[in-house]
Amino acid sequence: MTELIERVLSGDRRALARVITWIENDEPQGRQALATLYPHTGNAHIVGITGAPGTGKSTLVNALAKSWRRLGQTVGVVAVDPTSPFTGGAVLGDRVRMRDLAGDPGVFIRSMATRGKLGGLAWATADVVKALDAAGFDIIVVETVGAGQSEVDIARTAHTTVVVEAPGLGDEVQALKAGLLEVADILVVNKSDRPGAEGTFRALRAMLDLGRGTPRTVMHHGRVMRIESAEPDSGGWEIPLLKTSALNYEGIDELAGAIADHRRYLHETGTLDSRERMRVEAELIGRLRDALLDGLMQNLPPGAFDEMIEKLMARRIDPFAAVRELVDGAGGRRIGAD
Amino acid sequence: MSERKIRVLIAKPGLDGHDRGAKVIARALRDAGMEVIYTGLRQTPEMIAEAALQEDVDVVGLSILSGAHMALVPRVIERLREAGLSDVKVLVGGIIPDEDVEALKKMGVSGVFGPGSSTQEIIDHIRKVVGAA
Ligand SMILES: Nc1nc2c(ncn2[C@@H]2O[C@H](COP(=O)(O)OP(=O)(O)OP(=O)(O)O)[C@@H](O)[C@H]2O)c(=O)[nH]1
Ligand SMILES: [Mg+2]
Repeated sequence: MTELIERVLSGDRRALARVITWIENDEPQGRQALATLYPHTGNAHIVGITGAPGTGKSTLVNALAKSWRRLGQTVGVVAVDPTSPFTGGAVLGDRVRMRDLAGDPGVFIRSMATRGKLGGLAWATADVVKALDAAGFDIIVVETVGAGQSEVDIARTAHTTVVVEAPGLGDEVQALKAGLLEVADILVVNKSDRPGAEGTFRALRAMLDLGRGTPRTVMHHGRVMRIESAEPDSGGWEIPLLKTSALNYEGIDELAGAIADHRRYLHETGTLDSRERMRVEAELIGRLRDALLDGLMQNLPPGAFDEMIEKLMARRIDPFAAVRELVDGAGGRRIGAD
Repeated sequence: MSERKIRVLIAKPGLDGHDRGAKVIARALRDAGMEVIYTGLRQTPEMIAEAALQEDVDVVGLSILSGAHMALVPRVIERLREAGLSDVKVLVGGIIPDEDVEALKKMGVSGVFGPGSSTQEIIDHIRKVVGAA
């Protein structure tokens, strides 16, 4: 196994694919692999591509990757699609739009299902990104359907987040509805060859102009505290609004250029460090929370949790006292010790 | 917390022009709790092996309606072997004459499913050969 992990570092694609599976399955080997790979991460530029279903994200990834490949950069792609909540299965179809990348050893594409990981999806995705990063890919793109909080969380784990909009998806700006504008570093109106693209473009332009002048607020990860001070200088980046036709390969080099500009901005202003700090802190808090909760649940006497719910419903105890009692019942400070 | 999922690549090699059948199978496997990587039309054996490798699938399902299965299947199996993926189970679906079924199995195909097969048969076969729930 150690040998397999070493092979990831030397660029063995089969070993990389297997390690990603371990990580996805949350298997012990996956954690061991990440421990070995972690020191080798931190070199890739991580680009999030998100937006409503069908806006052309995968087609855009295909076109962008071709553009980067021409510049000699290697590209890892993680394409995330939802798991069916009813069956636990998923159809992952993003590769259909990325067939131009087939046969290129400088590209590695992995499809990933959300698997109903509550809140943990962002970390699972980030771990898969770490494996690609350690394997030496220069740019790693994460495609997610921007439809809910967990997708917004994934976008936050990227260095540069591109939010994709397209005409013909209803009269509302989809990205705004999904709360995606807050995470956008770059906004794209794709399908610019289609009627209505100009209207979508103008609506977004007006929205961006409205937002200018008022300092950007940093939305924090719901569950994560103490990050109000982050992104002190986010005001220095003006969100570019671009038009692309991914299908016809129009506006793609401009988009790649805007991503490169943003990367340069992150480096030159020190924003990269503050973002990285925020990300690492949020990840640590999230993982601590998971570990502590797991530890607590395992140390509770059987049935204690369900009994507490009954007592709460009968109003025989208040929630604060319930927490105290459960923590004491699990052995107080010992929880999460392993 | 570890959670294994059966991962299946569904591919259409060759030039036949529609993928309705392949999509029906993809959805049925999803409904059986599997993760299906769908790659679309006109996949070359090289593309199929490459995708199987990157996606680390347990199973490759080939949908072939063109009648070219005796030419295409051995090439896919050969590419998979070259990629170090001899463990990956290969299933073939489509219009396959009886006399070709044995020949395909000799080449290493784990199951052949004609137009009369139910999706449940395919699901059961996958669960059996992958050896997971
Ligand atoms: N006219 C036009 N169609 C496009 C363009 N880009 C993508 N499409 C089409 O839009 C449809 C959806 O494209 P995808 O790339 O799969 O979109 P997506 O956002 O990745 O979709 P999901 O992953 O399902 O959310 C496909 O039929 C594409 O061919 C474009 O620039 N112009
Ligand atoms: Mg897509």
